Amino acid sequence: MRPFEYVRATDATSATAAMSALPQAKYLAGGSNLLDLMKEDVERPTRLVDITRLPLRDIQRTRAGLSIGALATNTETANHPLIRENYPLLTQAIVAGASGQLRNMATNGGNLLQRTRCNYFYDTSMPCNKREVGSGCGAREGLNKIGAILGWSEACVATYPGDMATALYALDARVRVRAPDGRERLIAITDFHRLPGDTPQRDNNLEHGELIVAIELPVSAGDFARNSHYLKVRDRASYAFAMVSVAAALDMDGSRIRQARVVLGSVAHKPWRSAEAEAVLVGQRADEATFQRAAEAALRDARPLAHNAHKVELGRRSVVRALMRASRLA
Amino acid sequence: MPHEIKNDLPSELNADEAALLREMPALNDVGQARRTFMMQTGGGGVGLFAANLLATESALAQMPPVPGAASAPVVAQNVVKVSFLVNGTPHALDIDSRVVLLDALRERLALTGSKKGCDQGQCGACTVLVDGQRVLSCLTLAATLQGREVTTIEGLAKGDQLHPMQAAFIKHDGFQCGYCTSGQICSAVGMLGEAQRGQVSHVTENVGKTTTRLTHDEIKERMSGNICRCGAYPGIVAAIQEVHSGRQAAQTWGFATETQLAMTTTPSKEDGHATV
Repeated sequence: MRPFEYVRATDATSATAAMSALPQAKYLAGGSNLLDLMKEDVERPTRLVDITRLPLRDIQRTRAGLSIGALATNTETANHPLIRENYPLLTQAIVAGASGQLRNMATNGGNLLQRTRCNYFYDTSMPCNKREVGSGCGAREGLNKIGAILGWSEACVATYPGDMATALYALDARVRVRAPDGRERLIAITDFHRLPGDTPQRDNNLEHGELIVAIELPVSAGDFARNSHYLKVRDRASYAFAMVSVAAALDMDGSRIRQARVVLGSVAHKPWRSAEAEAVLVGQRADEATFQRAAEAALRDARPLAHNAHKVELGRRSVVRALMRASRLA
Repeated sequence: MPHEIKNDLPSELNADEAALLREMPALNDVGQARRTFMMQTGGGGVGLFAANLLATESALAQMPPVPGAASAPVVAQNVVKVSFLVNGTPHALDIDSRVVLLDALRERLALTGSKKGCDQGQCGACTVLVDGQRVLSCLTLAATLQGREVTTIEGLAKGDQLHPMQAAFIKHDGFQCGYCTSGQICSAVGMLGEAQRGQVSHVTENVGKTTTRLTHDEIKERMSGNICRCGAYPGIVAAIQEVHSGRQAAQTWGFATETQLAMTTTPSKEDGHATV
């Protein structure tokens, strides 16, 4: 691991100041992804700003809904009674990811920022535009089984691997961030991560020095509490990244669908919310035929790579099954 | 070409040995009698085998490390002062900012029970408890632990009295080679605490309902962050289930009797090897 300066921040102001002063600085929270990448020489920060002592750990009701502290751990978040009761989709997604030890370490803010698991990103002997701008994409014509099938570019076919964010996309979450000048702004979760385009080195729309302080869930997303399901399909039954995952959420009026959310994970550079699938569902009776039409719509624009055509069919079937579970038909 | 076996010792160092001493001057401290033994073991010359033995010997001669002693051969950079409790004992360390808890425990505090498996958060062998929560010490910077309380496998037993989880692992044969065991046990202890607090898992049917009773499937899922290459999983699950439920389960193995041993050590006619 390369040498770095360690700074223990005591408050948000000193944290953002220590960060913004140095372009190569990084915030350190749980460290479960960052430390791994530093050991692999993929991340090379010259300063780590330890933010774990900042008071950003509360999960509390607000007038708008629920505010989840950026430094609450994944474990604390998944098991919080207000989340289990009102947003069980988020609980399901979090406990589908990683291991007990990692969920105890990982924070919500850090989880949003976890980086792709693309093998070419991790292997410093390979080209990767995300890791080293302009070096090329090794995965485009390489081993790309875990690569994207939607929204990729010639510059990058990596996927965002997280489970938690996939559920947050279905729950209309917003990310509260604080700039070095102390001003805060809210970013809709669907605008938080980016598609790769020509700038795959940027995973998200945070500016350098901005600090995630909370994730906010609206009261209205509680309407999905009765009919939601997080389905994760992977190479082994536990402790693996998704091949495909689906966050399905329905707001039901009897057997009719009033509102729907369909978000696919691990198929693109960001969680993939399908407006097409949701449009098929709204106003319809909840049944398997409708769900199949929604699944077709969700994957219509899919463009698989050489080794991941299976993800398209897997994606369709996963959408159907997640919706069947959400509507309690299966 | 067969090696020429010389009974008299070489009076001069050969090229390999000279290079070895240049790179590891500490070997000069290894006693002459010991070195002579190594050379004879090597079959007359200092081959790679003997060189390895010498290096091992040198390393072993320095054991056990003195707690708190700086043993790293490189100069520490970006030194951080950090104080934390390990198994109830306070420690104050000056450490390179890059040092992870696992290395601090093993290399600075001589607590080698926590094992380094993958060193990248995939195997669970380095699991310890920080403020009662199970975490991976290989991905935890020691510098972040100011004021925290760390419990390792060495801190679970009370004197000669094993922690119930340790005793259950022995009773249920929850290991073979033992390398993952301290991580498994620390993880299991942390996991039972999580279950007592009503935490849910991926296989919990209804995450809205609280249950603190763990099925075998729940234990398997909650322990999936600890990999056992030997495949001792059935014993591990049985051990955890016994501690969790408080119901004594029958031990399913026992030491062989003298009679059984005598019968099984008879050489087999087919391959001539003894089977035990």
